[in-house]
Amino acid sequence: MSLLRVENLNKAYGSLVVTKDVNLEIAPGERHVIIGPNGAGKTSLIHQIGGQTRPDAGRILIDGVEVTRLDPERRAQAGLARTFQKNTLFQRLSVFENVRLGAQARFGSTFNLTTPARALPHINERTQAALTRMGLEKLAAETLANLSYGDQRQVEVAAALAGDPKLLLLDEPTSGLSPAETRAMIEVIKGLPRRMGLLVIEHDMEVVFSIADRITVLYYGAVLASGPPAEVAANARVREVYLGAGLADAAH
Amino acid sequence: MNPRVFEMRAAGRPDDPAKWLAALALAIVVPVFFAGSYALGLMTETLIFAIAAMSLDLLMGYGGLVSFGHAAFFGLGAYGTVLIAVKLGISAWISALCGVGIATLGAAAIGYFCVRMTGVAFLMLTLAFAQLIFSGAVKWRAIGGSDGIGGLVKPALFNSSLADPLAMYLFTLSVFALALFAMRRLVESQFGHALVGMRENETRMRAMGFATRRVRWLAFILAGFFAGIAGALYALYNGFISPDALSWGMSGMLLLMVVLGGAGSLVGPAIGAGVFLLMKHFVSSHTQHWLLVVGIIFVGCVMFFRQGVWGMLARRGGSAT
Ligand SMILES: Nc1ncnc2c1ncn2[C@@H]1O[C@H](COP(=O)(O)OP(=O)(O)O)[C@@H](O)[C@H]1O
Ligand SMILES: [Mg+2]
Repeated sequence: MSLLRVENLNKAYGSLVVTKDVNLEIAPGERHVIIGPNGAGKTSLIHQIGGQTRPDAGRILIDGVEVTRLDPERRAQAGLARTFQKNTLFQRLSVFENVRLGAQARFGSTFNLTTPARALPHINERTQAALTRMGLEKLAAETLANLSYGDQRQVEVAAALAGDPKLLLLDEPTSGLSPAETRAMIEVIKGLPRRMGLLVIEHDMEVVFSIADRITVLYYGAVLASGPPAEVAANARVREVYLGAGLADAAH
Repeated sequence: MNPRVFEMRAAGRPDDPAKWLAALALAIVVPVFFAGSYALGLMTETLIFAIAAMSLDLLMGYGGLVSFGHAAFFGLGAYGTVLIAVKLGISAWISALCGVGIATLGAAAIGYFCVRMTGVAFLMLTLAFAQLIFSGAVKWRAIGGSDGIGGLVKPALFNSSLADPLAMYLFTLSVFALALFAMRRLVESQFGHALVGMRENETRMRAMGFATRRVRWLAFILAGFFAGIAGALYALYNGFISPDALSWGMSGMLLLMVVLGGAGSLVGPAIGAGVFLLMKHFVSSHTQHWLLVVGIIFVGCVMFFRQGVWGMLARRGGSAT
């Protein structure tokens, strides 16, 4: 059974069609990358999978369970985690708390009114592990707003990882990162446990081809091509859209 | 302003128990010298409103939800206490417990609708519900209408009675200490942290798996519960209750206490209650323009020290909160 299944998804804002008959499937542990020009509807698709936006038509299934009409929190409880293209964090809270809440959401009990939140070893350990994976240990006590943009991007990923999701959606995790930070992010993504399925939106072709098991190309809301990297890179229509710009070279 | 303060308040910090014990000892010993005086009554009243202001702080300071109808739950607690004691002729202790229960149920019912909103819509809806209850109390003759209703028999406490100002004060102080302890515990719990997360960024909280509307609802109910406790104490203290306790003026006063003392710190709004009542008693005896003075203070707070009296003291003291 697929980890994620998107069936005939459609979404329009007025006359602007952002998702057009999209079908997508991710097997357990698969690393799937979505590419496409700006405004192609990549973020809109992630919002629909995450539950931030309701599709007009179509179905979304996680592990065979339909979630099309479920609130984002229910999907997260079902094992889905995501990051946002535009940092969506707790600016006034510490880095630790930003990540800790991600762990608490899945492994804590939010309606416990008496146990101090900071005194839960299993939550603290998961938080620490996520911070370590992203190389953020030294910044744990810092207020998030004091971090550089790049470091905040890492916190986005750490907070998502703290919940140990089955399916992780990353919306342009390397946008705004320096070349060194980008390389570090690639290593982190490649080092994620294989039990975790990944759906990543990415522009940087080097990143795309170093992590993707499969690639889907979105163009004006519709799937232009989908398949293994070499196949997609060789696709004539894809090459047309990208004007052959380095896509084929990057595949090798 | 130091952004760290926002979390330090929410997360709490290791406390020096000696400080708290000293404050408590002082609160017990000092009034003995005032026994029977006007000041003792003022202190009792301050503690009662401190509980109400702290309960509003749960919503405002921690949840980022500004309620303009919090008097509803204070008033429900107070009315419940007086009405049940007087109409059914049962012990005021039992009626006070019932009053708190009524306030909590009222908060559950009203909150069920209000927590669908945030921001200004939330504020307006809380105001609307509170006004509904207020006009009900004004119109309903059986519960005294606009005159209110009295005749609560002060219950006995050990060898004394709550009719004795010192006994009333010490009882109120105990309830205040318990309420403060419980609310501090609450804001440091996983629930309290979720409440703060929701205040900071609801989209993120939901994406991580928090049922934020239920968090808001429970916060609303808990705030109503503690406001109900304050209302019940108020009824035991006065033996009388009128629709004033349900009015938007009362809601506004609680809001002001929170802002004055510093939202999101619990202790701040408690101090805000004291500062407010002191000012009210002194200023209103000198000038008729008491409300004007209140307005100026409010504007001053919002413009110049957004963290209130407590935030300012804490910064002076060199430690956040
Ligand atoms: N809430 C919205 N209302 C109206 N238009 C939107 C909304 N969200 C996105 N769009 C539009 O939909 C198109 C696709 O956006 P998006 O999914 O963010 O693209 P991508 O992530 O591929 O760059 C863009 O033209 C964008 O302006
Ligand atoms: Mg995008």
